[in-house]
Amino acid sequence: MRFRDRLAKGEFVITCEAGPPKGTDVGPALEAVRRLAPYVHAFNVTDLQSSVLRMSSWALCALIKREGYEPILQMTCRDRNRLALQADLLGAWALGIENVLALTGDYPTLGDHPDALPVFDLDSVQLIAAVAALNSGKDLAGNELEGKTDFLVGAVVNATADPLEPHLAKLRLKVELGAKFVQTQAVYDPEAFVRFARAAEGLGVPIIAGLIPLKSAGMARFMNEHIAGVNVPEPLIAEIERAKTKEERKEVSTEICARIIRAVKPYCHGIHLMPMGWEDVVPGILELAGINP
Amino acid sequence: MLVTELKPREEILGYLRDGERVFLVSCDGCAEVCEVGGEKAIVDLGALLEGAGHPVVGTTVIPFLCNKALVGIRLSRLRDAVEGADALLVASCGVGVQAVAAVVPKPVLPAANTVSYGAFQGIWPGEERCARCGDCVLAYTGGICPLTACPKGLLHGPCGGSHRGECELEPGRPCGWQRIYERLADIGRLDLFARYRPPKDRRRQYDVPLSRRRSTLWALEYLEEV
Repeated sequence: MRFRDRLAKGEFVITCEAGPPKGTDVGPALEAVRRLAPYVHAFNVTDLQSSVLRMSSWALCALIKREGYEPILQMTCRDRNRLALQADLLGAWALGIENVLALTGDYPTLGDHPDALPVFDLDSVQLIAAVAALNSGKDLAGNELEGKTDFLVGAVVNATADPLEPHLAKLRLKVELGAKFVQTQAVYDPEAFVRFARAAEGLGVPIIAGLIPLKSAGMARFMNEHIAGVNVPEPLIAEIERAKTKEERKEVSTEICARIIRAVKPYCHGIHLMPMGWEDVVPGILELAGINP
Repeated sequence: MLVTELKPREEILGYLRDGERVFLVSCDGCAEVCEVGGEKAIVDLGALLEGAGHPVVGTTVIPFLCNKALVGIRLSRLRDAVEGADALLVASCGVGVQAVAAVVPKPVLPAANTVSYGAFQGIWPGEERCARCGDCVLAYTGGICPLTACPKGLLHGPCGGSHRGECELEPGRPCGWQRIYERLADIGRLDLFARYRPPKDRRRQYDVPLSRRRSTLWALEYLEEV
């Protein structure tokens, strides 16, 4: 069943991040996708995540599609102007990619080409409007297309941002312009997530809660400092810090993730896992959280 | 020198709700040379506002609106009239509009667009910066420029990197959109937040409009150096 049909039916969905390679060797990325496919309904393919140069998102999406799995094309506004964004959307549709997630994109100085030109010709709200235009058979300038798209477009939100109100107002606008699902930044504070979910209930779109398994206390602190929109509370950092070996840390991390999933599950429509190289913990997390593939 | 051109009358009147009273502020610096500011603006914009049913409750011409201290001193002398206004209409560049907004907790509206000049000479006016985008949005953003206050120049609210009022770029740097949200809340205009605006016309940001190239100012300041 297609990702959009599962959402339409109100099924609880599992999505997982897949990172394109730094280079041309797509083997390991596709191998991770194959291993996780039994547990996951769709794979979000990141778009130069954290402004670090990698292979194009659309290219790995097309390869995942060729393997018989469903990709979600992540698109940021950082690197392409309105012409290039629309061109890639048309190309993605022709390659069989049916889902798009619109993001602002991190600032280039956070990545490995800090001297690059930040584009941001459109913002994430206008990118959703661009997808809606292509879906209607016209480009952003109002010109007729020969063959149109029918993307399912999603929006992102930092569900535990403080204060939440400006983020919620922006999300509302994204939904008005055509966003059909929402994936959130990583959630570590279930209470804050529930507050967001209650406030966002009226939007009438499925909310998929994001989750990044903690690999170590150092990683948690690094994310707090350097990853936009991620905030790991101190008690969780202390919990992972008590684990000594890598195997112990994987156990503790799995337990923390499952606990968060159990707490947020009644308030959301799915879970979005961002394993950051720890793909092997995903099945255990879902099992411990009581989610059957 | 910053180059400005008056916004269309409909756009200026569109900022105001029925019968709202207006205090007019005009710049006697660069904007006067561009025939946007000075006494002329007080006369022309005053007639426009009165004709559309908006009482003008006070006016002032200030030599350099980009100088926030000067603006604060001048407007404090006119406190009663300013407090009697629902909004302030400012005939200046985007820096002047933001300088007024920084000292008056009321809706502050731009009467002009600040256009590209290809270069900038002169003073650097505090934190109120203008990107010379040629399509000023300060009326919708509480008098804080989203193109310069937000490093990404977003038009519809904060990105996911905004947290506890800070930008993702560096600790301590304020999130421009959080500031805009708070300012709009302060002036009772949160209805303006996250309203859809179409993508900007970038031609106006990167090239000098033809109308301005034909001006005497352009000839004096630029052409003789070519």
